[in-house]
Amino acid sequence: MSELEEVMVKGDEELLGEHLGVFTARSTERRILKAAQDGGIVSAVMIYGLEEGKFDGVIASVTDPDDPEEPWKPRPVVITDPDEVLEAAGTKYTYCPNVSVLKEAVRRYGCERVAMVGTPCQIRAVRKAQLLPVGMRHVPDKIELLIGIICMENFPYEGLKTMVEQLCGVWMREVAKMDIGKGKFWVYTDDGEVKTIPIDETHPFEGEPCHVCTDYCAELSDLTAGSVGSPDGWSTVIVRTEKALELLNEMVEQGLLEVKSIEEVKPGLGLVEKLAQAKKSKNQKEIEERKELGLPEPGKVHEQL
Amino acid sequence: MVRLAYVQLAGCCGCLVSLADTYERLLDILDEVELVYCQTLMDEREVPECDVVLVEGAVCLNHEECVEEARELEEKAETIVALGACASTGNFMRYSRGNEQSAPTHEAFVPLTEVVDVDYAVPGCPPAPEAIERFLTLLLEGKTELLEPFAKLAEGKTEYCGCDLMYHVVNKNMCMGCGTCAAACPTRAIEVVDGRPVVNEDRCIKCGACFTQCPRTIWPGDEAIKELVMGGEEE
Ligand SMILES: Cc1cc2nc3c(=O)[nH]c(=O)nc-3n(C[C@H](O)[C@H](O)[C@H](O)COP(=O)(O)OP(=O)(O)OC[C@H]3O[C@@H](n4cnc5c(N)ncnc54)[C@H](O)[C@@H]3O)c2cc1C
Ligand code: SF4
Ligand code: SF4
Ligand code: SF4
Repeated sequence: MSELEEVMVKGDEELLGEHLGVFTARSTERRILKAAQDGGIVSAVMIYGLEEGKFDGVIASVTDPDDPEEPWKPRPVVITDPDEVLEAAGTKYTYCPNVSVLKEAVRRYGCERVAMVGTPCQIRAVRKAQLLPVGMRHVPDKIELLIGIICMENFPYEGLKTMVEQLCGVWMREVAKMDIGKGKFWVYTDDGEVKTIPIDETHPFEGEPCHVCTDYCAELSDLTAGSVGSPDGWSTVIVRTEKALELLNEMVEQGLLEVKSIEEVKPGLGLVEKLAQAKKSKNQKEIEERKELGLPEPGKVHEQL
Repeated sequence: MVRLAYVQLAGCCGCLVSLADTYERLLDILDEVELVYCQTLMDEREVPECDVVLVEGAVCLNHEECVEEARELEEKAETIVALGACASTGNFMRYSRGNEQSAPTHEAFVPLTEVVDVDYAVPGCPPAPEAIERFLTLLLEGKTELLEPFAKLAEGKTEYCGCDLMYHVVNKNMCMGCGTCAAACPTRAIEVVDGRPVVNEDRCIKCGACFTQCPRTIWPGDEAIKELVMGGEEE
């Protein structure tokens, strides 16, 4: 049994999706940890994959925090150079259409082995594109790895801006990092200031289409990373496929990742399961309420036409 | 063995090319069927009785033979498949207005789904080779529950185009901005702005790829994905 497999545990698959194991981890590289949102797992996997030639392109989300018009507005990119991966590190709490460049990655960049990071809904979109690729010529077999990020909700850009500028009192262009955790929305400024508001105050700005989403842990990913469950600076990682496990095993063997059992850390796997359950129950209820109003269910829009 | 016919109406042959583009998988599929009719590939003058007919192209209402050929398929074929956007949704044939050589009086073109009782419609201009392969494999294996969305699209209720994406996804509070529609669009008519699609109607050819590919309109079910995609079949 590998070092990684020794620390892996299994959680409730009803809530987390099918998986081989869950663990806590962080990158061992300072430059990654400095740029990344949490334990830098997503960036570390992308860098390793590109360097080893396992991927020839990765799709991620970049932003310019200093853009004079729309600071922090993200856009999807195809990255082929491992040195550019960290330019896309960090969480942007607003919609970024990562899947929109998928065909471009294959057709224009000529990638044969693409990895993509995405929210659970985006991972779902790519899996469907593999199953029924009506408008996805030559894409299905070029998907090498899907890296999911745990997601409770997302915000329209103007909603995020209101949270940051009106509620936290910080200009968007002064923001160095944003985060959600411990019941708060956090804004870190370039000057080292930290502002927070209770998470409840952000709820009115959540995108409504997120309220019919019942996938918290990107249940159809190859591997998923999130902050919930692990201490600051570490990530909770859920491994689902053999392919992902093999890659993570190699990274641990080469000393690129530091791993721990999630049972040794606080707040632990219980919190991940609790929040997954909360998202499922709340949003399933919303789906039922919308049905009563005559609105379509997600995935069944065509049935109503 | 399944008797398969391929009928071309007012189309461009692109769907047939896409079918052929499945390369070696095409040979596997051809091994499982008996091709009984295909104007481009064989010298057979009349569509014989068959189990499955794949129909490419729109129906020209000004062309009696074309209408008749389409109508007769209901008698001849057990299962009728509208393959590609012209047969499924009308596609750019919706913009035909006659006054074109070599038949200036031909101006009324409609999808097969408007004229004939179609069992399944596979939109796309053309549908990706991998989509045709998947569809045919599921059909030949009799996995009809996964084909239900295509049966529903065959009712031809709308064009399933960029406008429908706005009316039935965005307007219904359903779009989470993944960008799949933009990737699927063959004419780059869609750009995702502020997390939602913007459709340039001048570029939209009504091929139905965006609506069909969107994960929020039609969801095939997690189990199918785990079995057919994540089970390693793609490798
Ligand atoms: C909208 C949103 C909501 C989230 N909610 C939760 C939550 O409720 N609980 C939780 O535990 N974790 C949540 N996360 C995940 C968390 O913030 C981290 O992204 C995750 O822990 C990975 O950390 P990392 O250090 O490995 O990532 P990094 O190495 O920093 O890499 C993150 C990757 O995500 C990509 N990315 C950033 N923003 C987006 C975006 N908007 N859309 C698509 N891709 C993006 C980046 O390009 C980068 O490649 C959320 C993320 C997002 C984007
Ligand atoms: S809550 Fe669901 S729909 Fe919204 S961004 Fe997250 S995964 Fe997507
Ligand atoms: S927007 Fe694009 S994909 Fe959608 S129907 Fe029009 S041309 Fe086809
Ligand atoms: S594919 Fe559907 S959910 Fe995704 S951006 Fe387009 S309309 Fe929105």
